[in-house]
Amino acid sequence: MSKKSKKKSLFEPTIVRRALWDSFKKLNPLYQIKNPVMFVVEVGSILTTILFFHALFGKGEESPGFILQISVWLWITVLFANFAESLAEGRGKAQADALRKTRREIMAKRLAKPEPDAKVTQVSSSELKRGDIVLVEAGDMIPGDGEVVVGVASINESAVTGESAPVIRESGGDRSAVTGGTLVLSDWIVVRISANPGETFLDRMIAMVEGAKRQKTPNEIALDILLAGLTIIFLLVTVTLLPFSIFSVQAAGQGSPVTITVLVSLLVCLIPTTIGGLLSAIGIAGMDRMIQANVIAMSGRAVEAAGDVDVLLLDKTGTITLGDRQATAFIPSKGVDVKDLADVAQLASLADETPEGRSIVVLAKQEYGLRERDIHSLGAVFVPFSAQTRMSGVNLNDREIRKGAADAVQVYVEKRGGTFPSEIRSIVDDVAKQGATPLVVADGPKVLGVIQLKDIIKGGIKERFSEMRKMGIKTIMITGDNQLTAAAIAAEAGVDDYLAQATPEAKLKLIREHQAGGRLIAMTGDGTNDAPALAQADVAVAMNTGTQAAKEAGNLVDLDSNPTKLIEIVEIGKQLLMTRGTLTTFSIANDVAKYFAILPAAFLSIYPALGALNIMRLATPQSAVLSAVIFNALVIIFLVPLALRGVKYRPLGAEVVLRNNALIYGVGGLIVPFIGIKLIDMIITAMGIV
Amino acid sequence: MTANNIIQIVLYFSALLVLAKPLGLYMALVYENQPFLLDRVLGPVERIFYRLCGIRPDEEMDWKKYTLAVMVFNLAGLFVVYLLQRMQGILPLNLQAFPGVSPDSSFNTAVSFASNTNWQGYGGETTMSYLTQMSALGVQNFVSAATGMAVLVALIRGFSRHSAQTIGNFWNDLTRSTLYILIPLALIWSLLLVSQGVVQTFSEYKNVSLTQTISYDTPKLDDKGNPVTDASGSAIAEKTEIKEQIIPLGPAASQIAIKQLGTNGGGFFNVNSTHPLENPTPFSNFLEVLAILLIPASLCATFGKMVGDMRQGRALVSAMVIVLVVLMTLCVWSEQQGNPRFTGMDVDQTASSLQPGGNMEGKEARFGIVNSAIWATATTAASNGSVNSMHDSFTPLGGLFPMLLIQLGEVIFGGVGSGLYGMLIFAIITVFVSGLMVGRTPEYLGKKIEMFEIKMSILMVLIINALVKIGTAVAVSTKTGVASIANTGPHGFSEILYAFSSAANNNGSAFAGLNANTIFYNTALGIIMFIGRFWVIIPVLAIAGSLAKKKKVPAGLGTLPTHTPLFVGFLIGVVLIVGALSFLPSLALGPIAEHLITVK
Repeated sequence: MSKKSKKKSLFEPTIVRRALWDSFKKLNPLYQIKNPVMFVVEVGSILTTILFFHALFGKGEESPGFILQISVWLWITVLFANFAESLAEGRGKAQADALRKTRREIMAKRLAKPEPDAKVTQVSSSELKRGDIVLVEAGDMIPGDGEVVVGVASINESAVTGESAPVIRESGGDRSAVTGGTLVLSDWIVVRISANPGETFLDRMIAMVEGAKRQKTPNEIALDILLAGLTIIFLLVTVTLLPFSIFSVQAAGQGSPVTITVLVSLLVCLIPTTIGGLLSAIGIAGMDRMIQANVIAMSGRAVEAAGDVDVLLLDKTGTITLGDRQATAFIPSKGVDVKDLADVAQLASLADETPEGRSIVVLAKQEYGLRERDIHSLGAVFVPFSAQTRMSGVNLNDREIRKGAADAVQVYVEKRGGTFPSEIRSIVDDVAKQGATPLVVADGPKVLGVIQLKDIIKGGIKERFSEMRKMGIKTIMITGDNQLTAAAIAAEAGVDDYLAQATPEAKLKLIREHQAGGRLIAMTGDGTNDAPALAQADVAVAMNTGTQAAKEAGNLVDLDSNPTKLIEIVEIGKQLLMTRGTLTTFSIANDVAKYFAILPAAFLSIYPALGALNIMRLATPQSAVLSAVIFNALVIIFLVPLALRGVKYRPLGAEVVLRNNALIYGVGGLIVPFIGIKLIDMIITAMGIV
Repeated sequence: MTANNIIQIVLYFSALLVLAKPLGLYMALVYENQPFLLDRVLGPVERIFYRLCGIRPDEEMDWKKYTLAVMVFNLAGLFVVYLLQRMQGILPLNLQAFPGVSPDSSFNTAVSFASNTNWQGYGGETTMSYLTQMSALGVQNFVSAATGMAVLVALIRGFSRHSAQTIGNFWNDLTRSTLYILIPLALIWSLLLVSQGVVQTFSEYKNVSLTQTISYDTPKLDDKGNPVTDASGSAIAEKTEIKEQIIPLGPAASQIAIKQLGTNGGGFFNVNSTHPLENPTPFSNFLEVLAILLIPASLCATFGKMVGDMRQGRALVSAMVIVLVVLMTLCVWSEQQGNPRFTGMDVDQTASSLQPGGNMEGKEARFGIVNSAIWATATTAASNGSVNSMHDSFTPLGGLFPMLLIQLGEVIFGGVGSGLYGMLIFAIITVFVSGLMVGRTPEYLGKKIEMFEIKMSILMVLIINALVKIGTAVAVSTKTGVASIANTGPHGFSEILYAFSSAANNNGSAFAGLNANTIFYNTALGIIMFIGRFWVIIPVLAIAGSLAKKKKVPAGLGTLPTHTPLFVGFLIGVVLIVGALSFLPSLALGPIAEHLITVK
């Protein structure tokens, strides 16, 4: 399963073939009854089929040809709805098949105790229980979900994530979780299995993408009830029309009562078949869009809740800023040339492989043209950072070059008889006030100046936040930094609020406070210490690289482990709800035109004057009814791409979004069927089939 | 449309909206137990009343308890009204010595007044004693209105409270509605009406000599009741002379005030407010028609105040005003057009300084076209049902709009309390659909609209729809149902459809051509009125209970605003689509067919 295969077109031939077949299988009434709207259509189809045979062999209420055509189009209506659902499921199924291939039987090396040299027993992966300890060596496949207890290894997780670059997994810390079905490329690890067979991440993922365990979400159920209610109302409308028309025939002394065929047609046209037929496809497609974004939703509820999120908690590092701080300026002390400072700073950082160290070298090169030098040819000795000294640097001949935190360097120079200039102190304070980190550079007892290390805000993130604000979503930055730094970065990134010096407890408290105010919270996390907050949040996105605890606490897992994904998830959630709302509006608005098509046709024999309501000037009563039924069926298939792709989402305020959608789908829903039915009427009249 | 038509409509809505806000704010004070002037005077009365009845007004009820109290109180009231009618022959204040009312008619009237419908199968001045009028019907006029207001206030508390288990105390709401709102208003209105000549007396009916004797011919009958014929075989006529007339009197003004204010509509006299002693002058007419919509309109302001956002109330009242103005104007216009059948007969139907023009059949000359049509649409918009003209005699289109207003579910103003709680249910459905369109699970006034609310809302719409449709279907399919029809053709169908729409929606007006005082209609309409009122109250209070329990979601930019013109438009759309669309087929067989046949 590569990234490429995920970008399938909507109508992939293999999926379409399978969907076509499935849509016939789904004609089973036991299946249809789950969807009351389409069930009514199916009953109508059966009824008209019987009426057709009745007309064929006996005296029917209408001509057999007419009843047959109505009946066929009613069946097609059901099939179209089935097809939409199958198509949506098909995309998931194809993906599930690919996943299933990776879940083959593996022989696992079970260890007696969690040590690499303990006794090994060969067992099948399907026999592994939670708590078993296994050894996985280079070239082995990991037999089940678990946690690394000993060792470190590089692993290819492309089976799950679609990302072929290997990842490092090691015991302890936040990168200890491994997924069954992934391949160890180098070294070895000892893994404690954390899931029983059939309950692994891969199993759950297959179930989710396949839609096998798909349960209707709360909002979907509510909409279902509304649609079922409308269906019953329209059922009452049409059923009572029979006695009404019988009475009217007596009262008018002419004409014949409305036929069952026409009543069934009217019923099917009035009940919200468009949304009824596409509702489950919309839900499945929503999940599918999550999968396309490489996010696995552990429940449909989470996808829906994502649309409602009021507050986003975002970790500063990796989400708002690039992972590491970078050097952005050299500020020399009095009497020191800035180039000298850059030169010394670069020397001090040559052997420093941390991203911060690299950035100092790069800055010196970019700004002052100082080429990188080879530390060994200079004969320099690298002094690495230690928690005691809180400095790093090089010893070059008799020079001792150091860079580090201001107070550490102060102690260092003063010990060597130097002084720590007061202007350096004020530079350090200034830098800190801007939310940056000052590193002081010293050459022996002499303080040369300050390197400013800054968090680099990710490109485009500020715009995303302002979009969020327009959508009414508040963004809160979570960081371990102190107040000063946090405030400066928050202002620069354009978040609405921040939580500085965040501890897991503080995070949890923040979430609870917002929830008590009735807000829905989304957050991302990867560490074990994030787990309580993830469990508390309404939409919790766990990073796939994160710990098992984090993944279990979250209700969404991001396979790309990209914290910015949260924003995309919110959009997908909103899109899902919007698609439901717009198609419901469209479906109901369509009824007006259908009335004008069918009512005059139904009652023309009783009250010929009602022909005045035939404002579309449809050719005959039969062509009018048939055109409405055909339009009703075709509109489902025309809207399948919209249902599967979702309504286009723009980050705008609710009022604007409602206005746009009400115009397109409400007013459009009023007008389109008038045109559509008229066109169909012209075509079928020209073809002479009624 | 004449200039007078437009001026009258504008005047009507201006007066209504000017009064609505202060009255609405006053009612909010009453329901929020805030101090106001009147409670200093009447407070002791209220407290003594509670002590006598053993009511603890601060004891909060959850929705089930509240519903139970509503049901028990109304069933008891229904039973009392039934008994008083049955036993009026042996009870005092029966100056005309009327016998007890028949069981089916008593049942129908008891349900009718308990359910705030005031459908009248009987004729007041020829059936009911003064005691029955006052203690049975008059009392129900107050308490059935107060019940509607109490249920509404409970629903409003569902929105305004959060994380709460209870929605108020029914006895407290009922008492305060009656004591501080309905009685004072009724008192003011009664006095104003008396000033215009509406009767208010315990005197018996008066025989008066006519200033001009009336004579007419009747066929002479023999002992067996067969007409006597002369030699040529034609019937022999006898001249009958009438010199005297009985003028029915009674304590009418007090009852008419509350019948209008409480959207009851049950006339003291059979012909309701067309009667010169019930509605004598154009000014009394203005007062009465104003009273129809006064409390329903004001309650929108009460709602806004109690949920802490006046704009929300304004949005709802805007939706109501827009729909009513349009339908009222169309009704006035249709009636002013006159009868299309007359156009070929050289009948002058144009308005001039000498005549109002238009279709004057069934209308009082002192009210003319516009005041009859304003009344007809106001009384059907609100579930009032009183009339000052005969809806049955309206042109097909003119009659269509009042019927449509009933079928919209009595939510365009609607009954006191019941209209607004019905409208709030439609608002919930609107929020659900439009809320989804902005990409959030829907919220209304900070409350998430979820499965339970939708289930109950659609149930309410469904109940009313089923009652009208099934009732009409049964009536047109049975001999007894069809036998009561006065007219043939589509108009006969309209009469039945109107009757069941009116009963199910608790309106009470009628296309009076239908003879509804039969066992079939008394029973069928009685049952339908009962279900249409009390079965609907249950889901409404269930929603109140469920909403009260919810947390309040603070509004943000992403929240669908529910006070904007856009939302008002959407709400109107939902009301029209759910109401109009489900009734369009039956209307096509009634007034629409009749209209199209007539104009041809």
